[in-house]
Amino acid sequence: MGNFKISGLILRSLFRRPATSGYPAVPKEWGERTRGRIEIDAPECILCGTCARKCPTEALVVSKAEATWEIDRMRCVQCGHCVEICPKKCLRMAKEYTAPGYEGRTDLIEIPVAKKKTSDDGI
Amino acid sequence: MRGVNDLGKRTVIPFGPQHPILPEPVHLDLVIEDEKVIEAIPSIGFIHRGLEKLAEVREYPEMVYVIERICGICSFGHGLGYVTAVEGLMGVEVPERADYLRTMWHEMSRIHSHMLWLGLTADSFGFESLFMHTWKVRERIMNMFDLTTGGRVIHSVCKVGGVRKDVGGEMLERIASEVRDIRKETKELTKVFLNDTSVKNRLCGVGILSEDDARDLCAVGPVARASGINQDLRLNGMCKYGELGFEPVTGKSGDCYARCKVRILELGQSLDMVEKITSVLPDGPVEVPVKGPLPTGEFMMRLEQPRGEAFYYVKGNGTKHLERMRVRTPTNMNLPSMVRMLQGCDLADVPVIILTIDPCISCTER
Ligand code: SF4
Ligand code: SF4
Repeated sequence: MGNFKISGLILRSLFRRPATSGYPAVPKEWGERTRGRIEIDAPECILCGTCARKCPTEALVVSKAEATWEIDRMRCVQCGHCVEICPKKCLRMAKEYTAPGYEGRTDLIEIPVAKKKTSDDGI
Repeated sequence: MRGVNDLGKRTVIPFGPQHPILPEPVHLDLVIEDEKVIEAIPSIGFIHRGLEKLAEVREYPEMVYVIERICGICSFGHGLGYVTAVEGLMGVEVPERADYLRTMWHEMSRIHSHMLWLGLTADSFGFESLFMHTWKVRERIMNMFDLTTGGRVIHSVCKVGGVRKDVGGEMLERIASEVRDIRKETKELTKVFLNDTSVKNRLCGVGILSEDDARDLCAVGPVARASGINQDLRLNGMCKYGELGFEPVTGKSGDCYARCKVRILELGQSLDMVEKITSVLPDGPVEVPVKGPLPTGEFMMRLEQPRGEAFYYVKGNGTKHLERMRVRTPTNMNLPSMVRMLQGCDLADVPVIILTIDPCISCTER
């Protein structure tokens, strides 16, 4: 029993550096495994749509007809499942988060298929 | 007999769902007489999300990401409970290293959950500096989660068949050294929580739950243990607890102070277990491949989460979707005990008592 048991802790904290960092002046250091946001290596994608079918939040839309890969950044929960299951391993988890904003953000990526087809078909 | 004048003194005070002290939405109608709570009538149902139903439309490997989001604090425990239940249904044996890693992460989440609770409790009785110091220490364990799993709150490392990420030698060393630092800092906090007069004045003899009541009302976790019930599912052969030489912590008095003490002592125990795992982690794979649909059948498993016993039920029907999934969370079981504790307490003690069951309403409503 006793009073002011915390005074030692408080006194020490007074003379220490702050426990918080001065973000954004001091940039955030990302951990080596931090799951920030999904990025795609567009030329590698074969538009198979596996990632869209298996995404638990339905954040991805893959259109074979229009050759597009689309991600709703606000829906994606950075689980990394799409990265794991993509047959071409063309998705990756980047460390930096999507910057906060006032509106939802959707990124539409055009997948260059035309060239691939030409070479595949040998035309 | 009561006269008309006595009845007139009774007031009903609505408490919550939005209240500065409540981290989560639960509503209580407090029947008050002379500043004493005569009765507390709880109502929940503000944040039901229907996550169990999603199991019917998400395939079982993806469902784990949904289950993890039942709760932001016992996120790892929910993932673990779900994958263990599905593994049980499919008859999958998990590699030893994966089992150890799961135990380590589960204990790390107990540390961060208990620290969060200690901070919130300090905040509920107005001890702001203690709250901040506790959360400062908690930040270290969150960083360890970020280092090892890539996420501070939602870890996404459990999968059916093992874990998705391995923890190598360098990381283990860092965890061990962090654990030693955290232990030092926790010792100082322990002194304050257990010995400071102002803390004791607010916790001792408040919100007493007798052992009989705890049994009758099916209390679980630290709430039950603080009332003297020696019940901890970590003893039931889950994960690798058997190899870690673990003994549950119990209290006697069943008041808020006992619940605080049980959690503080468990904190030390969890730190010891994490440190031990970093030195005994066996080599080997961290997952086994699991493919194909779920067999027809059902499986039930129980797990000791930071807040108490959680229950998982899965039913497969030969497809890749579960036919039924059910989760029962610790707070669900502790709400009746909380109502009992509130009877006869002072109005000023209501926030502290509610917090000592460590309520998680998001979990409860799923
Ligand atoms: S990103 Fe991968 S999984 Fe998704 S459509 Fe392209 S190739 Fe298929
Ligand atoms: S990281 Fe998860 S939520 Fe985000 S797009 Fe991939 S599968 Fe969907």
